[in-house]
Amino acid sequence: MDLTLKIWRQDNRKAKGRFEIYTLKNISPDSSFLEMLDVLNEQLVSGGQEPVVFDHDCREGICGTCSLYINGRAHGPDDDITTCQLHMRKFRDGDTIVIEPWRAGGFPVIKDLMVDRTAFDQILQAGGFISVNTGSARDGNGILIPKHKADEAMDAAACIGCGACVATCKNSSAMLFVAGKVSHLALLPQGRPEAVRRAKAMVAKMDELGFGACTNTGACEVECPKGVSIEHIARLNREFLLANLKS
Amino acid sequence: MKLNAKIPSGPLTEKWSLYKSAQNLVNPANKRKFDIIVVGTGLAGASAAASLGELGFKVKNFCYQDSPRRAHSIAAQGGINAAKNYQNDGDSIYRLFYDTIKGGDYRAREANVYRLAEVSNQIIDQCVGQGVPFARDYGGYLDNRSFGGALVSRTFYARGQTGQQLLLGAYGALNRQIAAGNIKLYNRTEMMDIILVDGIARGIVTRNLETGELESHFGHAVVLATGGYGNVYFLSTNAMGSNASAIWKAYKKGAAFANPAFVQIHPTCIPVHGASQSKLTLMSESLRNDGRIWVPKEKEDAEKIRTGKLKPTDLPEEKRDYYLERRYPAFGNLVPRDVASRAAKERCDAGYGVGSGQAVYLDFKDALNRLGKNVIEERYGNLFQMYEKIVDENPYQTPMMIYPAIHYTMGGLWVDYELMTTIPGLFSIGEANFSDHGANRLGASALMQGLADGYFVLPFTIQNYLAGQLSVARMDPAKQPEFGQAIESVREWNDKLMGIKGTRTVDSIHKELGLAMWDHVGMGRNRAGLEEGIEKIRKVRELFWSEVRIPGTANAMNIELEKANRVADFLELGELIAKDALHREESCGGHFREEHAMSDGEAKRDDEHFKYVGAWEYKGPGQEPELTREPLDYEFIQVKTRNYKE
Repeated sequence: MDLTLKIWRQDNRKAKGRFEIYTLKNISPDSSFLEMLDVLNEQLVSGGQEPVVFDHDCREGICGTCSLYINGRAHGPDDDITTCQLHMRKFRDGDTIVIEPWRAGGFPVIKDLMVDRTAFDQILQAGGFISVNTGSARDGNGILIPKHKADEAMDAAACIGCGACVATCKNSSAMLFVAGKVSHLALLPQGRPEAVRRAKAMVAKMDELGFGACTNTGACEVECPKGVSIEHIARLNREFLLANLKS
Repeated sequence: MKLNAKIPSGPLTEKWSLYKSAQNLVNPANKRKFDIIVVGTGLAGASAAASLGELGFKVKNFCYQDSPRRAHSIAAQGGINAAKNYQNDGDSIYRLFYDTIKGGDYRAREANVYRLAEVSNQIIDQCVGQGVPFARDYGGYLDNRSFGGALVSRTFYARGQTGQQLLLGAYGALNRQIAAGNIKLYNRTEMMDIILVDGIARGIVTRNLETGELESHFGHAVVLATGGYGNVYFLSTNAMGSNASAIWKAYKKGAAFANPAFVQIHPTCIPVHGASQSKLTLMSESLRNDGRIWVPKEKEDAEKIRTGKLKPTDLPEEKRDYYLERRYPAFGNLVPRDVASRAAKERCDAGYGVGSGQAVYLDFKDALNRLGKNVIEERYGNLFQMYEKIVDENPYQTPMMIYPAIHYTMGGLWVDYELMTTIPGLFSIGEANFSDHGANRLGASALMQGLADGYFVLPFTIQNYLAGQLSVARMDPAKQPEFGQAIESVREWNDKLMGIKGTRTVDSIHKELGLAMWDHVGMGRNRAGLEEGIEKIRKVRELFWSEVRIPGTANAMNIELEKANRVADFLELGELIAKDALHREESCGGHFREEHAMSDGEAKRDDEHFKYVGAWEYKGPGQEPELTREPLDYEFIQVKTRNYKE
């Protein structure tokens, strides 16, 4: 396949960015999208130019490192996958592909297509955990959890923290991300003792870090590579409301 | 070099309890006087950092990723072993210990492995406590499945994302301690070297990957939890950033490196698609619970399938060779990984491979008929989806194609029973050390070992060391000459790399190294091949140091410099792997020497000459490394030939 790429380049956090155009020839339709970018970078480096910086690591759709807005869609034109799992057979020979970083106030651009998502870590540090010291837990079967609850908790816990939900939301809201963790822990008996504190602290931190409010457009759910449902946002809202009533 | 494994005396079942009751501890008020550096935030690193923080130590935790949650433990799919015996199928701590020693082909320490089996149950409890959503049955009890090398179901799992869920649990514990002020996290930060003061590990040099800034950090102890070195082979199931630099720098500072040749090749990975392939994707071993592995019985049929003239689904049963079931009736498709990998290679080399010729089938037809699509989807849905996205074929309709790939490294830094390396004050945990898996790791045991080391072993054993360090005050890196010198030598090293200004990209050279490793130091090894491999590795290393091209500068973000630093270390480690493989004139576990095979092709171990841990010591640039042997004395179990046939 022959391709034209229009890629966002930005030297550092403070620099002004711009689009640059590159052409690529003979890309295998079986290669992944990031392997296509590897080929571009090999070309650039061979010519003495600096490669395009993008986040990636496991390349099997689970670490949540890769991002990229491709032709106007978070993680590109396929459903339920991350960018690293996107394959070139989803494009046509001769296509022009526009590649941008996540764009959201909470995720400043570090360089080119790489963004800073440490805000997600900060939100979780505010309360996205169960306080149990090593060694103090009881027997695993001492806590019975109905299968449907465990399954639902797993659905929420499947979040990989990639940030596609924020990037695709017109308000740059992190509600789906926060909801995933709050819902996962609220569904489990082990998570109940801290449920009130958790919901309040995480929502407050999200607001403090400049993420927008949720207006129920559902865009996050559509782009979530792990299919985390906005039903979890409903549970977060319930937990949050309860938390405020209780205090 | 003298190796003292510090194995406690006493009966096997009591060693760990006796150790714990006699070791030195640090009193609660003194814990905050100690700084501990933990490099890595995977299962081992995050669990250790969090547990040490809970105890009151001051921890500095480093990761090269943008967040601790991205460490490659996240990608483990299938599960985690524990000897709970919830299934009432005859499991016990002893059986888990025995299976692990046997699976490792009798090249691991009894005392370490028994301790691992002993703490395995606590890990499950701890993870459930943290909210890890393990699979449950309809009664609400924890569910299990079986894995290779075991006759019981002892594997706990969270769909096909067990590693992710366990890591998120440990990451939660880490976050809690960061919020409490006990841990300071440094993300996008790579460790560049270890700092020794009077021969004792006292700190590290780091490079901030965003700014290029070099810094030094002090710690009363340094813990390396930096994972394995599979990326020496370029193509592996490791993450793109997974690297050996931390343990390699430790080796070059005097830490012994044990059993580097023990590399695990995983039998069920998605086959290579072409030249631009950047990494390989694993399909969980759990698939072998329900999938049956086969190739055509006749070469003509294999040829027809390869050329697209015959569909695998059209080949009748009697023309299929379920070669694992044929060769290993007792364990069938659930033989250990090394056995399954070699059997696949043997069939493909003999001309029975499908796809590109380097692939075999993993077929769910019978399981789909027996259990229905819903059950299979529930068990493996995300894996099937992943396969379809990558290969563009639907595994519900046509059998999966799989081929072995580099996956895990049993070798690593030599550590004693306390997980300390041969450098005082330098510890190593998880895949980075060599300790528990012998010559082959069983499925679902990596997660177990990482968390055992981090939650339940290191937090105790490190105190035995620290108790003797109370008189050592925190050092100020600005005033301690060793720290400044260490930064300077890293700067010079980086400048040297930047100054080569050749014509070749880092990746193109890394691929050459990987090919030499796979061809000569891969699944089947022999003397001539290994010697040729060492020559090739040396040539690639020369090529690297004369021809590599790194654009940009060392004083800012530079992703090519990051890769070059890692590949420079792989180029040295690759040779040590080959040397270790060359010296070990036997076949055991993942190390298969073609000269040492039984008449039926099975591995031929040589316990008389090689029942030891081979620990290599660095002797300076251009010098031959020195081998020290730690004998493995099996006091409690009888050493046997592994037999998965009956």
